[in-house]
Amino acid sequence: MATYSEISRNGLWHNNPGFVQLLGLCPLLAVSTTVINGLGLGLATLATLVASNTTVSLIRGWVRPEIRIPVFVMVIAAIVTAIELLMNAYWHQLFRVLGIFIPLIVTNCSIIGRAEAFASKNSVGKAALDGLAQGAGFALCLVLLGALREVLGKGSLLADAQLLFGAAAQNWEIVLVADYRGFLLAVLPPGAFLGLGLLIAGKNWIDRRQSEAAPALHQPASI
Amino acid sequence: MKETRQQALRSAALLAAFAVAGSALLALANSATHERIAQNERAETIRQLQQILPPGSHDNALLDKPRELSLPISFSRPGPDTIYIARRNGHPVAAILPVTAPNGYNGAIDLLLGISRDGEIIAARVTRHRETPGLGDGIDIERSDWITQFAGRSLQDPERWAVTKDGGHFDSLTGATITPRAIVKALHAALAYAATHQQEIFADGDV
Repeated sequence: MATYSEISRNGLWHNNPGFVQLLGLCPLLAVSTTVINGLGLGLATLATLVASNTTVSLIRGWVRPEIRIPVFVMVIAAIVTAIELLMNAYWHQLFRVLGIFIPLIVTNCSIIGRAEAFASKNSVGKAALDGLAQGAGFALCLVLLGALREVLGKGSLLADAQLLFGAAAQNWEIVLVADYRGFLLAVLPPGAFLGLGLLIAGKNWIDRRQSEAAPALHQPASI
Repeated sequence: MKETRQQALRSAALLAAFAVAGSALLALANSATHERIAQNERAETIRQLQQILPPGSHDNALLDKPRELSLPISFSRPGPDTIYIARRNGHPVAAILPVTAPNGYNGAIDLLLGISRDGEIIAARVTRHRETPGLGDGIDIERSDWITQFAGRSLQDPERWAVTKDGGHFDSLTGATITPRAIVKALHAALAYAATHQQEIFADGDV
């Protein structure tokens, strides 16, 4: 059984839903046009994952194997609808910007994947942490890809921060290139695919560097 | 045999129980949020209407007493449409019509059109569209001010309502002609309708 620290590190890095498992690509590619859009959907997905993992783990004693998938789907759909209503009420502008991708969180394979692979077989505490870690990992993907696409596509960072953080955040935008003409490819889905590929390559490069450095630590120092 | 039947019934009962629990959660969430959601939607409608008719131009609350008409489907969605009348000193001075251009590049484009009493366009704004980012989405005021070229226009000005590519007067967008063409056509149809249906729209004598 996984330890708490393993669960966290897996969700954030080694088994990251976006960079490693390649799940949830539909919202990942469509919504990551800016940092704020990516962060908004990432937080909504994180809340869904924590709530659904916790619920599935709580009811795991009562769910018979033959009805577990319909039950999981019902739980996830109810949670996502509740989150959608909350966003419509309290983050209305962001809700309008994200549009159809909020209810589409239901179709994100990583949510039902974690319910089936982890939450239905582990304690509530571990399941909740797994939901938090996987959700944070997915949000990390969305924010990184969003930052890449926003910088290349619009020349800014944190544009429209008030959608998520309220009126006080209106001047958080960092304009990196004044009067930027825009790079259309970065704004469209094919550019998102390319950007994701670059980020995955970057992660693999970091992993390889780390694994090359690690054995060297155990070698005796040569004189 | 009886055992599997019992198992099936138990599964069905369990599934039904989870369905009830899920519905209860949603009923709770709905009752906690529906008022705020309705408020948000009203505020959004007011914000959109005020883009067309800024507060100084009229003295009534635009959302009070909207009118319902069925506009022709050449420039509007099927079904009844809500028209907002702006008044000053009790007399109607302008109307805001919901216009839909059915043949955008990627589906229908929704607009709000503000017309003054004498048929002149005050402003038009796109409220919903699915045009290509970077190409057709220039019709959105947040992306470019292409849509502002319609302010002050009317049925006779210009005589020929078409994009420059079709020998007309209106700028199209670089790399996107279908989108501007659809909007020009829809706005023209709306103006033509307004010219012949002034009574229905402004309903003089009805204060």
